[in-house]
Amino acid sequence: MEGSTQNGNPAKSAAELMAEIKKQVEEVEPIDVADGLVEGAVVVDVREDPELAGGVVPGSAHIPRSFLEQRIENAAPDRDKPVVLYCAGGVRSLFAARSLIEGMGYRDVRSMRGGFQLWKDSGLPFDVPQTLNDEQRDRYSRHLLLNEVGVEGQLKLLNAKVLLLGAGGLGSPTALYLAAAGVGTIGIVDNDVVDRSNLQRQIIHTEDRIGTPKVESAAIAIAALNPDVNVVAHPVRIDASNIMEIISNYDIVVDGVDNFPTRYLLNDATVRLGIPVVSASILGFEGQLSVFAPYVGPCYRCLFPVPPPPELAPSCGANGVLGVLPGTMGLLQATEVVKLILEQGEPLIGRLLLYDALATEFTTLKISRDPECPICSRAPDAISDDEMGVFPDYDAFCAGSH
Amino acid sequence: MAIVRIPPVLRPSTNGEREVEATGSTIGEVLASLTEAHPATKEQIFGADGTLNRYVNVYLNDEDVRVLGGLDTAVREGDQLVILPAMAGGA
Repeated sequence: MEGSTQNGNPAKSAAELMAEIKKQVEEVEPIDVADGLVEGAVVVDVREDPELAGGVVPGSAHIPRSFLEQRIENAAPDRDKPVVLYCAGGVRSLFAARSLIEGMGYRDVRSMRGGFQLWKDSGLPFDVPQTLNDEQRDRYSRHLLLNEVGVEGQLKLLNAKVLLLGAGGLGSPTALYLAAAGVGTIGIVDNDVVDRSNLQRQIIHTEDRIGTPKVESAAIAIAALNPDVNVVAHPVRIDASNIMEIISNYDIVVDGVDNFPTRYLLNDATVRLGIPVVSASILGFEGQLSVFAPYVGPCYRCLFPVPPPPELAPSCGANGVLGVLPGTMGLLQATEVVKLILEQGEPLIGRLLLYDALATEFTTLKISRDPECPICSRAPDAISDDEMGVFPDYDAFCAGSH
Repeated sequence: MAIVRIPPVLRPSTNGEREVEATGSTIGEVLASLTEAHPATKEQIFGADGTLNRYVNVYLNDEDVRVLGGLDTAVREGDQLVILPAMAGGA
């Protein structure tokens, strides 16, 4: 081909284009990348997902070439900082680098010569990444299409360990959606058995599992929904003697318990261990929701330093609850859990969300850390076993509530 | 005139009303007007010493009155108060 094409641009061969791009884009040797010679560089792997199975440059971000322009700002928000791109052989990364320079105004984008193949052949260290299998790519395809999730986010979900306190009204929808989303380990603490009166709202259980322990019933439902999920059953009542051991294995705790002493106990234990709690409560037609992230935002005791007297603290059993309400609140909890795992969005930290189902009103209130909080104003190791879950008038409270 | 939102546990004390209009230029005055109209709410909101019970949070619009000026916080026409006792229901 000679001369111009119909649109007036000069016709070039691939080789001519490559030669031109090489004048524009600086190439960097794998050994120099490994030695950190490109100071402060964000290293981005632009290969397609299946190519990663053989290994990746340690510490590199992965953005497939086809999504590079859409997603590069997440990995490299500062256009003045150096970016090193690599692919399998060093060609695609050259084209990609030019696009970031010309199309998006990145100042210093280099292409790693020889790509990952030369990296590996040079004997440089590499990581073999965890990847999704074909079934998982299919199952989570709607997640993979989201920039905020993608393969990386889905792997975070699969590696996450979430503990649900209670497989009841709140725990049922939360467990099902977290399982569907591919949260890899779901622990469930519940020592109850399924009762017919649960089925109006506890949708993880079924008529034919009445009388079955709730942890078992929940595990059956989860296994039927998503075999990727490992369910850890804790068929116990959580108390001061077992709480530290149970919760310390988890990244996030979802609180839907029905009594104040356990809520305080959970708060104190999670503050000590630095585990965030996604907390909800429901009554009648109304719900409350917040995320308590120890030392980042307020804890439960900052919000409610003491529980109300028993006559002002009815449980759902005594007062009734609209069956769909724990569904709404439980799914808001599940959403916050997923956000925390993905580290996306603004978690509900330092805010309390109220939902009034009859009025169809959501109200958000600000809550702050209490500088005099008996628990989170102190260092984690200053909180003793003896004071965990204890509050003024604890004995009177617990006597009155039975 | 301010609107006071009544939580479910206090509604037996307000004839089931979910929202009550109350007058006053401070939080203390608005709550006093509420407890005058619905005397049963008084000991649920206030302790014997006249301060807010520690298990009740009161918000002026979206701010905790304890971080504002407490019972002396000014209330303007159309402001909304939320009375919020802790809830623990989960089942």
